[in-house]
Amino acid sequence: MKLSFPKMFIYLILAAAAILSIFPFYWMFVMASNHNSAINSLPPAFIPGAELVTNFKNVISTIEFFGAMWNSLLVSTITTIGVLFLCSLAGYAFAKLRFKGRNFLFIAILVTMMIPPQLGLIPQYIIITKLDWLNDMKAIIFPGLIDAFGIFWMRQYISSNVPDELVDAAKIDGCSHFRVYWNIAIPVVIPAFATLAIIRFMYIWNDFLWPLVVLREESSYTIQVALRGLIDNYVRDNGMIMSGTFWATVPLIIIFLLLNKLFISSLTEGAVKS
Amino acid sequence: MEQVKAQSQKRRKFWNEERKEAFSGYLYISPFFILFAVFGLFPILFSFYLGFHKWNGLGEMEYVGLQNFKWILTDPIFWKSLSNTLIMWVLGTLPQILVGIVLAYALNSAIIKMKGLFRVSIFMPYVTSTVAVAIVFGVMFNSQEFGLMNVILGWFGMDPMSWSTSEWGVKVAISAMVFWRWVGYNTIIYLAGLQGIPKELYEASVIDGASVRQKIQFITIPMLRPIIILTVFTSTIGALQLFTEPLIYIGRSYREEGITVVLYLYREAFANLAFGPASATAIILFIIIIVLSSINVFITNRIGR
Repeated sequence: MKLSFPKMFIYLILAAAAILSIFPFYWMFVMASNHNSAINSLPPAFIPGAELVTNFKNVISTIEFFGAMWNSLLVSTITTIGVLFLCSLAGYAFAKLRFKGRNFLFIAILVTMMIPPQLGLIPQYIIITKLDWLNDMKAIIFPGLIDAFGIFWMRQYISSNVPDELVDAAKIDGCSHFRVYWNIAIPVVIPAFATLAIIRFMYIWNDFLWPLVVLREESSYTIQVALRGLIDNYVRDNGMIMSGTFWATVPLIIIFLLLNKLFISSLTEGAVKS
Repeated sequence: MEQVKAQSQKRRKFWNEERKEAFSGYLYISPFFILFAVFGLFPILFSFYLGFHKWNGLGEMEYVGLQNFKWILTDPIFWKSLSNTLIMWVLGTLPQILVGIVLAYALNSAIIKMKGLFRVSIFMPYVTSTVAVAIVFGVMFNSQEFGLMNVILGWFGMDPMSWSTSEWGVKVAISAMVFWRWVGYNTIIYLAGLQGIPKELYEASVIDGASVRQKIQFITIPMLRPIIILTVFTSTIGALQLFTEPLIYIGRSYREEGITVVLYLYREAFANLAFGPASATAIILFIIIIVLSSINVFITNRIGR
């Protein structure tokens, strides 16, 4: 088959972009599996070595790797479940219930999205100190439950996918408002949950500044904060450092590859509608 | 008996359907407002208060008026952090948008096979953590001659560069991290925008004899404009809040070549315990974000008109 010039050009661009996107992952693996001396020689190692296990053992003896992974998993999961519940509940109220000031309150929530999170950083830290929540997962979970985008997202979805007739019929049958939300709205919004869950889980998992400020003891570190501990040594063992980042990244990559269709479509949905 | 009946009737009247519905409504949205009051609104107001006070976190607060602002605005490191942030915003964000549009256009062209594979690869950087990216790039942009980037420079016969200490080396390295992590994300969003453009528009333009360049100029860019505005908006706000990459890359030295506004804020607050100047920095950052966002919207609105 002969390729026409523009076709070849497009393939070339895409292939280059794909290789540049994947290369750092490969490089991470190469270094995670090589001894420091192979990395720090000229030319450096370009193919995987045999030190994968040794390097990871060094990681475990330097930071509390598994504890930090567990902490991250815990806060991200709890926060995500909380956000799904609270945002769908509020979204339902804004979409289907009539009360005074509804539009004003909704706009007020949207306006909060404009505020940079660093603006309140110091007082937030003081509040956490006063609550005695330093080094406590609650310091990450509770502030993480505020999600203006989530409420906006849920309201849009419920407005256009939960028919008013169904809600009214349920009310006439004597359902409480909460029952209507729980039995009629929730089953309909499951696809919107998937999107919001992915976005929120990733956000909490990747957050760095806030955990760095409120988690001061190693036992409370999330994986992002713990990874930083790898590079703080005077002697830089790059094989060990890369092993830590590699194994902290692998679970995310596996989840992504399993869910990639959902992942990508969820992002585009969010972008096009807002 | 009569009394009880009257009372319950009264209660029933009070709890009529309308009131019940309104009560449920307020109840369901109250978690946001309660949490926001405690962890959002109060801290913001308190930041504005703190900006005018001298405080180290313990002891008495002392009102100092505009002194914190004067202190920051005469601190060369603050101006350095601001110019660094703006330079890295330009270096990291502009290429993101241009390259993102090109890649989305390529992915969207009908003649390409293996679209799924290309799409997944290009999007993958977004799924890693910022800290991991900063560490990996930190090793790639090692200043020693065996650092990967210096090896590559060597292939082209160039001298190794001190990526972690030179004025431009640090900025290029940090911008590269930002660019690499976000370009795929923008590509996917532009791709969604491109797929939303009705095919009839292109077909009609072909009948009218439009060239590729004309199709891009008069159909693609104008139809994509709302999405370009959105990405410029979000990436600008993100760039102004740059923190993780420079902190991991330049470490606790807070080197001047790579210090950003949020890093400056963090250093003032948690390394120097100067909560007043740190809050003043936060307020200035807030103002800059509002001003730059408005300028952004204004300029992007004119593109493709």
